[in-house]
Amino acid sequence: MTTAGALPITVRGLERRYGRVAALDGVDLDVAQGEFLTLLGPSGSGKTTLLMIMAGFTRPDAGSVKFGGVEMVRTPPHKRNLGVVFQSYALFPHMDVAANVAFPLTLRGVSGAERERRVKTALDLVQLGDLGARRVDQLSGGQRQRVALARAIVFEPGILLMDEPLSALDKKLREQMQIELRHLHQRLGTTIIYVTHDQREALTMSDRIAVIDKGRIQQIDTPRVLYEAPNSHFVADFIGDSAFIPVTVSGGVARWRNEVLRLPRPSADGAYLLVLRPEKLLLGGGTDLNGIDAEVAEIVYQGDSVRIDVRLEGGDLVTLRELARAGRIAALPAEGSRIRLGLDPADTILVPAP
Amino acid sequence: MISAGLNAAGIRADELRERSILAGLTSPSFVILGLLLFIPVGWLFWLSFIEQDVFTLENYARMVTEPAYRSIFMTTFQLSVLVTVLSVLLGYPVAYMIAMLPPRAASICLTLVLIPFWTALLVRTYAWLVLLQRRGVVNTLLMDWGIIEEPLQLVHNFTGTVIGMLHIMIPFLVLPLYANMRAIDRDYTRAAASLGASPPTAFWKVYLPLSIPGLAAGTVMVFIICLGFYITPQFLGGGRVTTLSMKIQQNVATYFNWGAASSLGVVLFVVTILIFWGFSRLFPLRRLTEVGGS
Amino acid sequence: MTEDFVPARSRLWLYALSGLVIAFLVVPVLIVIPLSFSSSTLLEFPPRAYSLRWYTALFGSIEWRDAAWMSLKVAVLTTIVATPVGTAAAYGLHLGGFRATGILRMLILAPLLVPVILTAVGIFYVYALLGLNNTLIGLVLAHTMLALPFVVVSISAGLRSYDMAQERVARSLGAPWLRACWSITLPQIRLPVLSGALLAFISSFDEVIVSFFISGGEYSTLPRRMFNALRDQIEPTIAAISTILVVLSVATVAALEMTRRPARRD
Repeated sequence: MTTAGALPITVRGLERRYGRVAALDGVDLDVAQGEFLTLLGPSGSGKTTLLMIMAGFTRPDAGSVKFGGVEMVRTPPHKRNLGVVFQSYALFPHMDVAANVAFPLTLRGVSGAERERRVKTALDLVQLGDLGARRVDQLSGGQRQRVALARAIVFEPGILLMDEPLSALDKKLREQMQIELRHLHQRLGTTIIYVTHDQREALTMSDRIAVIDKGRIQQIDTPRVLYEAPNSHFVADFIGDSAFIPVTVSGGVARWRNEVLRLPRPSADGAYLLVLRPEKLLLGGGTDLNGIDAEVAEIVYQGDSVRIDVRLEGGDLVTLRELARAGRIAALPAEGSRIRLGLDPADTILVPAP
Repeated sequence: MISAGLNAAGIRADELRERSILAGLTSPSFVILGLLLFIPVGWLFWLSFIEQDVFTLENYARMVTEPAYRSIFMTTFQLSVLVTVLSVLLGYPVAYMIAMLPPRAASICLTLVLIPFWTALLVRTYAWLVLLQRRGVVNTLLMDWGIIEEPLQLVHNFTGTVIGMLHIMIPFLVLPLYANMRAIDRDYTRAAASLGASPPTAFWKVYLPLSIPGLAAGTVMVFIICLGFYITPQFLGGGRVTTLSMKIQQNVATYFNWGAASSLGVVLFVVTILIFWGFSRLFPLRRLTEVGGS
Repeated sequence: MTEDFVPARSRLWLYALSGLVIAFLVVPVLIVIPLSFSSSTLLEFPPRAYSLRWYTALFGSIEWRDAAWMSLKVAVLTTIVATPVGTAAAYGLHLGGFRATGILRMLILAPLLVPVILTAVGIFYVYALLGLNNTLIGLVLAHTMLALPFVVVSISAGLRSYDMAQERVARSLGAPWLRACWSITLPQIRLPVLSGALLAFISSFDEVIVSFFISGGEYSTLPRRMFNALRDQIEPTIAAISTILVVLSVATVAALEMTRRPARRD
């Protein structure tokens, strides 16, 4: 499987309404050949609807879906040549593992030794090489997921669609599978559309993330840009753990109460929200840092880091994190003490006030 | 709101085609139902208003005026109510017991309930004739044991009819009720107990209410079937018990009085629908899917 | 019985009462069996002497044999027609998402809700006009209509516990709709289909009221003949045929249990 077999996806004007509710409200999307794109959003955002329309299981009310430039929106699912992995895996219980994986090959007229070889290759790719003869109900959750994956890639589709495939697994297995999926993507080079509501998962695996809410794409960017430069309160809130305080921008600086905060780049005057991310905040101010006075409310030890809740003037509660290293732990301020929070101007992120 | 966006018309056409295929799969059943049920019954409705090619209500008037008809309605109603009440009283404990038994014992008991359920109606009717006759099994045993001297008149009367119908109806009550009971989460009653409810209180206030959907479904079904039942009153009633359905049959087979027969049928049907509709408003009626081997 | 509301002493009463009711249900069905082996023409219990004369009479009688054969034919044909038609309807209703689905499901149950006597009279009347009384096809059609609710309900229940995602996956992997349904969905609802077919068969075989009106003479079904026999004169031949039917119902229940067993995950 080479990147040359992977297909780009173009979506235009996708609408899908259920009664008066718009599940998808005019969605445009461009996915590059071989890209790993995640559709990230809360439940009801429309991300699964979008995936199902791409797969051909749901019809939009209007719109265009093209794979490699070919219009597909009116093509039945069995002609779209996609691999789909469902949340429930949907393995066929009346067939064993090898038969499950061989199914798409049988449909395409591949038989005999060639079919067996390709089934073995697919199973090896997901590290299930010797489990071909097992029955589905003898497999663990993680193994079933791999079989579903093997079945979806064995016929080398140009596009792979995955609908929250890891959500039924426990945390440790999930994180392990995330890495494996990423490696699999690097090996196969297929275009992958991945649906999840877990922002951490999205950040780990994706080339780009499309944040979806209320049937619209709010922002689509690389993980880094989404995290560091969210374009709205929703995106900043959904990705990462943040507190927000209202600020006013005028004359090129932001103002919160009496504090003046320098900005990394010029912004138009107006009302904004300052995004305060726990890992960006520093204990103690400095001349080249932005600063805000605060009182330490609570310190909670959480193993790998220490969580410090502070209260700002006016009552807002903000969280910051300190990595639990010996020297830093000793230097933690006491609860109730007044400190100065520091924020690098480069980390001073603003989003428009809603 | 019809979309006018990209490909909208074509997509709608695809949707329509898919719907048509599914409708096509569904329609043969409804064609059969239409031709063999709705049209014939509808025709009967029509006939009930016709007497010698004239539209008339005299068939219905007869029902109200003639005392014979009134007694038929009374009999049918009394029979149905009695059998239904007895079925509930006798059936509820059975369903409860089976729901509480361990799987293997429950399975055996269910099988024992299902065997008569799936045995042909006429066989069961014959069996009751054998049992309840003057020189039948029951009388013979009772006399042999010296409990009675003269044989009891157990059949060819109302009593025999009730007994025979009970035999048919109890499984109809037990099956949906049992299905409901089996699905009652034990956590509810455990919660009640932990909150201080004594076993009888927990039963009346928690378990019984939770079993009502199944009970209602079974009761409605039993009552409705009783109203329209033919075989048992015919054979075990000895001519002394005339129900609506029997009168319908008489009107058709003996008198060829379609008007009279169909008007009775209409009344029966309307009452059935009303009861069904009334019950479904009062209780969340489980689908009658629970019957048939649960 | 770990926990319930009935203290141990009362539990005995519960067992006793339920046991009596169950006995009430089962004993009459079983009583015909020894009776059929009685050598006497009188209905006496327990039989004084045993013989197979009633079975000989039964199998020797052309009318009974013809009736049994007719019932078998009708039941088999009914099953052959009702099962695919009902399965298709269940599938269509399950996926169709029609606005009227609720009403349609109710209508499918109509044969069970309309009093049978009414249905029988109605069909008799229509058949009289069409000349379908006392015909095989008339019987099969009528019985099919009566069997449809059983088939549809059975398969609808099976579809509800089936994960439709499998059919979707099969289609995404390249199977056209029909192929996906045939290779993936149908094998997995095999048991509900079998159960529905069984119910269709037994409901047709035992059907008496509609058959009473629309079958007669050489087209009499077994229940029809039994009806006549019961009405005209009670003789132990009926016990013999009853015993055979009881065996049939025991077999049916056993078969139904088997279609249920693998599905049950206790």
